[in-house]
Amino acid sequence: MTLIITAVLFTAGLGALLALVIGATAKAFAVEADARVETVTEMLPGVNCGGCGFAGCADFAKAIVEGRTIPSQCPVSNPENIKRIAEYLGITAGEKEKVFAVVRCAGSCAVTVRSPYNGIGDCRSAALVAGGAKGCDFGCIGFATCARACPFDAIEMRDGLAVVHPDLCTGCGKCVETCPKNLIILAPAAVDVHVYCNSPEKGALKLKVCKTACIACRKCVKAADSENQMTINGFLVATNYSNPPISDLVEKAKCPTKALRLATKHAAGAYEGVLK
Amino acid sequence: MGNNILAITIGAILVNNFVLSKILGICPFLGVSKKLETALGMSGAVIFVMTLASLVTSLIYNYVLSKTFTIGGVVIKLAFLKILVFIVVIAALVQVVEIILQKFSPPLYKALGIFLPLITTNCAVLGAAELSVKAGHSVIEATIFGTCSAIGFALALVLFASLRERLDLAKVPAPFQGTAIALVTAGILAMVFMGFSGLV
Repeated sequence: MTLIITAVLFTAGLGALLALVIGATAKAFAVEADARVETVTEMLPGVNCGGCGFAGCADFAKAIVEGRTIPSQCPVSNPENIKRIAEYLGITAGEKEKVFAVVRCAGSCAVTVRSPYNGIGDCRSAALVAGGAKGCDFGCIGFATCARACPFDAIEMRDGLAVVHPDLCTGCGKCVETCPKNLIILAPAAVDVHVYCNSPEKGALKLKVCKTACIACRKCVKAADSENQMTINGFLVATNYSNPPISDLVEKAKCPTKALRLATKHAAGAYEGVLK
Repeated sequence: MGNNILAITIGAILVNNFVLSKILGICPFLGVSKKLETALGMSGAVIFVMTLASLVTSLIYNYVLSKTFTIGGVVIKLAFLKILVFIVVIAALVQVVEIILQKFSPPLYKALGIFLPLITTNCAVLGAAELSVKAGHSVIEATIFGTCSAIGFALALVLFASLRERLDLAKVPAPFQGTAIALVTAGILAMVFMGFSGLV
């Protein structure tokens, strides 16, 4: 009996002692956390995409509270949400241009030359083997590395081609660095006209491997309202995003290879099957 | 003394490796071995906690629990309470260390991160304390045993994480993918470590 009582008392005493020690340490070495950080973190989307340049939403919230950045750096939050955060902290939200990702290639399996490839199903691995199994060395390889990186499921793989859905894309830029061909750019969301080609090679060479390559025929350049709306770089035309053309340029230009596309229509699949 | 310590060191790291020979601490061995980076973080935390825990538990055992004393004519020895006492003391110790670390060394706190509270109740930590008692180690020997066991754990974990990183790129038949091939690999690794038996 004495043994049992001693054991119980000993254990209880030990527990109480440890509780005291932990309590005293917690009190003595307490780290003062700013309560606002937690509130701001809850106001953020919480997807931890890293599009703001910080290590996740909590880190971004800390940076906002400490004044190192502004709430509008978050590419995912909608404007009302950002306004709420700014009002809560009593600071200005600032302005940030809305962007979205554009995969500058339209070469789906139907219109391009491809060789068999049995390696690892990842664009970065495939690019190591003779630059991927595609006739064009500059186009989308189609193993969905960018689609897997997207936290918002905004990239669809359609017939061996990555297609961005502008309505789902938040412009976080996670996909940009995953593409071994550097095909993906962040373009202003207000612009809808893009050239879906990235190959700097001569037009005839491009046409041999891809029916929808930009052959630098300049039809779109001539059809544009003012001269520098489309820029030519060697054998490749691109939208000038600082002076963008309006959407009806695609209608007017009548691009013979359909490399000039509207991002919204491209996502909706309007250009599929138009090239025979 | 010197010979004994050498035997403890080699024995704990290689011959009686905690993971591969004693099958202790398998949960983190499989759980955090997918990436070499997290495996290194975990290894650091385990070495830290096991050294501290072995020191404190051997102090408690050698100076309190193993002593006999008489109360009201009854001889009492509290050694049977050792598992209970050890696990409570280790948990409390880690909690205290965590609070102090957070205050004085945020970088280290961040590096050890979630692993520190996770391993509090790991069987490898308790195992080191238990086995020290069983082997009749002194306080110094027990501490060295704890550190070396943790180094052995870290060695196994880092080796295994490196193997798994390579496995990710290999073509594994569908039925073996994931944990299955990891367990097969762990088994082969354990057989490799059997080659050390007889060293001490």
